[in-house]
Amino acid sequence: MAHQFTQAQVRDTVRALDRAGVAVIEVAHGDGLGGSTFNYGFSLVDELTLVEAAAEEATAAKIAVLLLPGVGTIASMRAARDAGATVVRVATHCTEADVSIQHFAAAREMGLETVGFLMLSHRIGPRRLAAQARIMVDAGCQCVYVVDSAGALILEDAGDRVAALVDEIGADAQVGYHGHQNLAFGVANSVLAYRAGARQIDGSLCALGAGAGNAPTEVLVAAFDRLGVSTGIDVDTILAAAQTVALPYITRLPWMDRGSIVQGHAGVYSSFLLHAERAATRYGVPAHEILREVGRAGYVGGQEDMIIDIALRLADRAGTSTARATGAVRMTGGAR
Amino acid sequence: MAKAVAAIVGPGNIGTDLLLKLRSSDVLDVRYMVGVDPDSDGLARAREFGVEASAGGVDWLLTRPEPPELVFEATSAKAHAANAVRYAQAGVQAVDLTPAGVGPFVCPSVNLPSHLDVPNLNMITCGGQATIPIVAAVSRVVPVAYAEIVASIASRSAGPGTRANIDEFTETTAAAIEQVGGAAKGKAIIILNPVDPPMIMRDTVFCALPAEVDQQAVTDSIERMVAEVRQYVPGYTLRAEPQFDEPRPGWQGHARVAVFLEVRGNGDYLPPWAGNLDIMTAAAARVGELIAAARIGATT
Repeated sequence: MAHQFTQAQVRDTVRALDRAGVAVIEVAHGDGLGGSTFNYGFSLVDELTLVEAAAEEATAAKIAVLLLPGVGTIASMRAARDAGATVVRVATHCTEADVSIQHFAAAREMGLETVGFLMLSHRIGPRRLAAQARIMVDAGCQCVYVVDSAGALILEDAGDRVAALVDEIGADAQVGYHGHQNLAFGVANSVLAYRAGARQIDGSLCALGAGAGNAPTEVLVAAFDRLGVSTGIDVDTILAAAQTVALPYITRLPWMDRGSIVQGHAGVYSSFLLHAERAATRYGVPAHEILREVGRAGYVGGQEDMIIDIALRLADRAGTSTARATGAVRMTGGAR
Repeated sequence: MAKAVAAIVGPGNIGTDLLLKLRSSDVLDVRYMVGVDPDSDGLARAREFGVEASAGGVDWLLTRPEPPELVFEATSAKAHAANAVRYAQAGVQAVDLTPAGVGPFVCPSVNLPSHLDVPNLNMITCGGQATIPIVAAVSRVVPVAYAEIVASIASRSAGPGTRANIDEFTETTAAAIEQVGGAAKGKAIIILNPVDPPMIMRDTVFCALPAEVDQQAVTDSIERMVAEVRQYVPGYTLRAEPQFDEPRPGWQGHARVAVFLEVRGNGDYLPPWAGNLDIMTAAAARVGELIAAARIGATT
């Protein structure tokens, strides 16, 4: 959506999700509070206005906001709470959990329910990930998510990480799972995550989200229903929500195109896709090549600015290699 | 020529790197290194360099027969807030590398000349030292309604202080983008990246520009500023020419310039990838030398 949600779309979506029985609804810029910027894209409507609208519509569902330490601040969290949010989801790169300690402490003081996001969870193994989860829990986090931001986890990759977190934090907090569809494993991984002990699962209607999209909520609900797992969400109501509320306003349905598959394959933060496409158009280099380079460099969520930097270098290199090829032909000619 | 006597308070990595940078100074004589832990490696290192080092804290420092004229504070915000009062009472000028923010923000390539006599100068943040010169370079040519910076640093270069209070970085840097950089509104973002080998500090500066803008004038101003900063941070480079974008609907009619920087440290004591730490010590050293030069100039 490139952060272009209108207030009416948010109200309609919240009403539909609330009616279907969804417990928590996140209303957020993809880069969280304070994410409306040149680097990540400006929101059409101020987030706090959207949070306020969502809180007005929800009867049972809780409204959550997202906060990336380094982008958003405790002051922005307080403003979101005042606008009606009751849950804050604090996201860090999977190795940097300690930057969230001050935010969890502040959130608990404010009376917010807390969730921790370990982004790009594929970058480290289960045991190290569990140690990072422990840092968040000790800071006041009530549910830590294994977040597959790149859609790179495949089956056991997801299940083993969730199991390691459950093992580490036991009854101290819940474990959650956030899947992406870049390699088509979002729903399957969510089922394995549940079996490994995850008790909060993320989805979005029609998979609307970064990369090839998130695990589609309506598919998750139908699949869990088939497995006899209670989600508290009514299957028909959520299917209707996807079909009649979300689908009509989605300008571009996420799908597994070359760029997003490369993201899953190379382990690239899903939000980078649209930025890579824009840079590709502007600098005349293929988006999938930019994304490959991002994977090689190991950039993390938030480093969208590096996409332009990579595009510039690729464009430069393309220019240089053409010159070299020409030079080689001339040399051959000269030698003969 | 007589040099100004200086002290470094805080014998950690920052204090040690600063000491190495100032050892060859023509105008500053770093005579004292001060800590609070007698077993500190930093104090031992300072002694090896022939500096009088003590774990006696500020009490010891201010009772030296020849107390310093200038002190560099490389401790913590809390420690500096307490020490600052005592420096002021003793008439010692302070260059503060902590986020305490006791004195005004100073960036040597932008606003130092008007602050040479100020009793306490604050060095902002690493991201601020790297990016505010660019914001200032743009805002001296055209009005900047909004400036945004993204600082990416290696995880290993982010110490416990930064990690415990990352909001302090974003809020302080944003305020300084406005107050020192000259943007009407400032925004700062910091990202920690754990890749190994560690990534060299990178900074991106975005400035909103009027729709009609003399791009060449903006580019020239930026390039002049980069040359200025390179005088004290040789590894400060533009990764590419400044990138100009036409106004877009979501930008409230503004055009945009994006500037991509790399800050490679000098490798004095800290590793070269820790450009974020190096630019702080290099900027502080620059401030100290220019203050000392002005003092010496005034007395001769």
